[in-house]
Amino acid sequence: MTTNQPTPKPAAQPGKPAASQVQKEDAMWLQKEMINKNYHDLAVAHDVGRKVSATFVPGNLNELLMCFDFARSLPETNALQNGLRKKSGKMIMDAEREGHSEDVCTYVKADLGMMQAGQIGPTGEKLPVPDVLVLSYTGCFTFMKWFELVRQKYDCETTMLHVPYQGDGKISENMVQYVVKQLKEEVIPTLERVSGVKFDIDRLREYMKESVNAEEDLVAVLQSAKNRPSPIDGYFGGVYYIGPMFTAFRGTPEASKFYSVLRGEIEERVRRKQGPITPDGEMTEEKYRLVVEGPPNWTSFRDFWKMFYEDGAVVVASTYSKVGGVYDFGFRHDADHPLESLARYCLGCYTNLNFPQRIDMICKYIDEYQADGLLINSIKSCNSFSAGQLLMLREVEKRTGKPAAFVESDLVDPRYFSAANIKNRLESYFQMINQKRRATAGAATAH
Amino acid sequence: MSLKEVVGRCEALFEDLHFKSVRDWKAAAPGRKAIGFMPIYVPREIIHAAGMLPVGIFGGGDQIEVIQGDAYYQSYICRIPRSTIELGVTGRLDGLDGMLFPSICDVIRNLSGMWQIMFKDKYVRYFDVPQNFKDGVGGEYYVHEMEILRDDLAKLAGREVTDDDLRNSIRVYNDNRKAVRDLYAYRAQKPWQAPTSEVYLVVRAGMVLPPEEHTTLVREYIAAAESENRPRRDNARVVLTGSFCEQPPLGLIKSIEMAGCYIVDDDFHLVTRWHLQDVEVDGNPLWNLSKSFLHRSADTPSKYTERREDKGRFLVESVRKSGAEGVVFAAASFCDPALLERPMLLEVLDKHGIPYTAFKFAENTGQMAPIREQAGTFADSIKLWSAA
Repeated sequence: MTTNQPTPKPAAQPGKPAASQVQKEDAMWLQKEMINKNYHDLAVAHDVGRKVSATFVPGNLNELLMCFDFARSLPETNALQNGLRKKSGKMIMDAEREGHSEDVCTYVKADLGMMQAGQIGPTGEKLPVPDVLVLSYTGCFTFMKWFELVRQKYDCETTMLHVPYQGDGKISENMVQYVVKQLKEEVIPTLERVSGVKFDIDRLREYMKESVNAEEDLVAVLQSAKNRPSPIDGYFGGVYYIGPMFTAFRGTPEASKFYSVLRGEIEERVRRKQGPITPDGEMTEEKYRLVVEGPPNWTSFRDFWKMFYEDGAVVVASTYSKVGGVYDFGFRHDADHPLESLARYCLGCYTNLNFPQRIDMICKYIDEYQADGLLINSIKSCNSFSAGQLLMLREVEKRTGKPAAFVESDLVDPRYFSAANIKNRLESYFQMINQKRRATAGAATAH
Repeated sequence: MSLKEVVGRCEALFEDLHFKSVRDWKAAAPGRKAIGFMPIYVPREIIHAAGMLPVGIFGGGDQIEVIQGDAYYQSYICRIPRSTIELGVTGRLDGLDGMLFPSICDVIRNLSGMWQIMFKDKYVRYFDVPQNFKDGVGGEYYVHEMEILRDDLAKLAGREVTDDDLRNSIRVYNDNRKAVRDLYAYRAQKPWQAPTSEVYLVVRAGMVLPPEEHTTLVREYIAAAESENRPRRDNARVVLTGSFCEQPPLGLIKSIEMAGCYIVDDDFHLVTRWHLQDVEVDGNPLWNLSKSFLHRSADTPSKYTERREDKGRFLVESVRKSGAEGVVFAAASFCDPALLERPMLLEVLDKHGIPYTAFKFAENTGQMAPIREQAGTFADSIKLWSAA
């Protein structure tokens, strides 16, 4: 599939003209189909006798969960999909009315608010109460409270996988063995009991082999942004690219197909020296190349993206696109050492890296992707990402000599997105980059 | 020492944010070192066994103006990391040779990496603790983590930290824990004799004093308080919870008491009461610390509750044991663990028919009138309606 064909568009629906005007790559439409199909699978899971698991994106054990035939729900994805569809604001306020603090993570409140309102999922179908909560406690303390809250409400079976933080900036054998032991002694026995399916490690190996195919293609896609112009946006577009890999599809043939199609499209764009596809069509002039740290805002996702592409800014690398696994520095699931490999995957997720590692990664991206600077989108809800980002900004500026900027928003709370403020800051930032370029050019001429 | 002298000494230690007592302790003998730690829990025995002074760093309270620290954090982050950075960048923590950042939350976790960048000449370690409570799983992991700490501190000290050193330190801290447990029991029994505004200071002194000295001080306080004849008021007996990390200003504790509440249990300075019983001395000391951590330690929102039916049990038990009539939730603003935990605990309290009230604070909260009014109304409601 190549992009010299007209981009397929959804059939126009009465009263919904906007959707038909949105432009996406073929793979983006395919991704949307996959996500929607997963919601349908979840909705009918109990009717067809399937058990349902819920787990978090970072450190998700998708291949392992598939070994037990679970339908797989990811509450963060549910919250963000509700955010994209402008449904999360009410859910958050409903949760706050029930006594949840305005200070805490809005993913949690959007999830709890959705439950309060009858578990109607983003696509309008009722989602089942999970049969098991797999508390993959990777890189975020809030996850622990989140599933304790869900368990309190629904009395779901819960299994904890504690993944130690890389405080020293490395993965020790002690950490790996701790995670493996938990898998063997806690997680797998619980999943066997809840599902009634016996664990088969060879089945796990097969899924992991499938994962590697997709991981290779995903890395090729993300690294295509090293080209000029970049054929992708590694942040706003990146969230489409990571969708299947970070959710219920890693290890499936569908994911392998998706990433193969995507890679083909992107390689074709590289050959044609085309810029990324935005909701308003192809970006024809690349003026600024940025690295972005932090998750996106979902409730105003398209407006936020537009502030970039209408000024010719493309995100060539982002840390958010590593939140469900850091693959671009070499990690691949290893079917020969399946449990150790799952442990290393969990331990290596972006928010489980310590601060010096995160700064190193950003500096490396700025260098390797020839970026003009760093933009931090600091998310009120996510202390795991946000706490300390101002130091990160200063360190990156110091080490790279490239300008950095800071905007604030939230994940799914529409009350915390100020378009005017963000736009002002972005425009100032682009001016700053221009000044820096002029200064650099002036210095070069002087020599 | 008289009661006034004991409390006066503790107050002076509390107010000294230049940690002069720590510097004095170091200066008293060559080669002495001090290691800072943040809430909630670190095994202080290992630091002590290395011949070093464990120093609890609990933020800047309401006594310092945070200027530089604010430049590191967005408005929606709690206050303790910014005042801790303020302490660091203004040189107040220069007397510390290292800092430990225990696993409390994402903010303190990230602060460990920031500290590595900002204070490159110091020993800095994020100290993870297990959320799996099986000896062969979480225990093995934890013992290994403690071994790393022991080896690191031995290098820093320039000498080996032996098992006997550790056993001796466990003994010393068992004495200290016993003294603090006795103090808490005494306050629960006679809160008019040992008000929390004093008990807080006495326990807080243990964050900077050597444990042997602190144990003596606690015992002196209990004896001095008992010798006083203080008026007994018809106050409501409450458990205060949610303040396990960032500390409320002392004025807030006084306001709650002045509003008609006797605080008969709390979760301040949990490091002193983390182990609910004496830690076993004989045998492998690190395994003893581990077993005590896994099986006989306090509950806090930063610790996973394995079974749904155990959620809130520790708090309900605290209410029962201390003879409290209600619970005051006092959580720091933007404290994720406390604020996410709160709805679950409220539900459990509702089930047990235990009244509660809840508010947020910051360590530099200055306006006490609303808190005093809320606590007063709560105390009145307990006194007027609970017996009905």
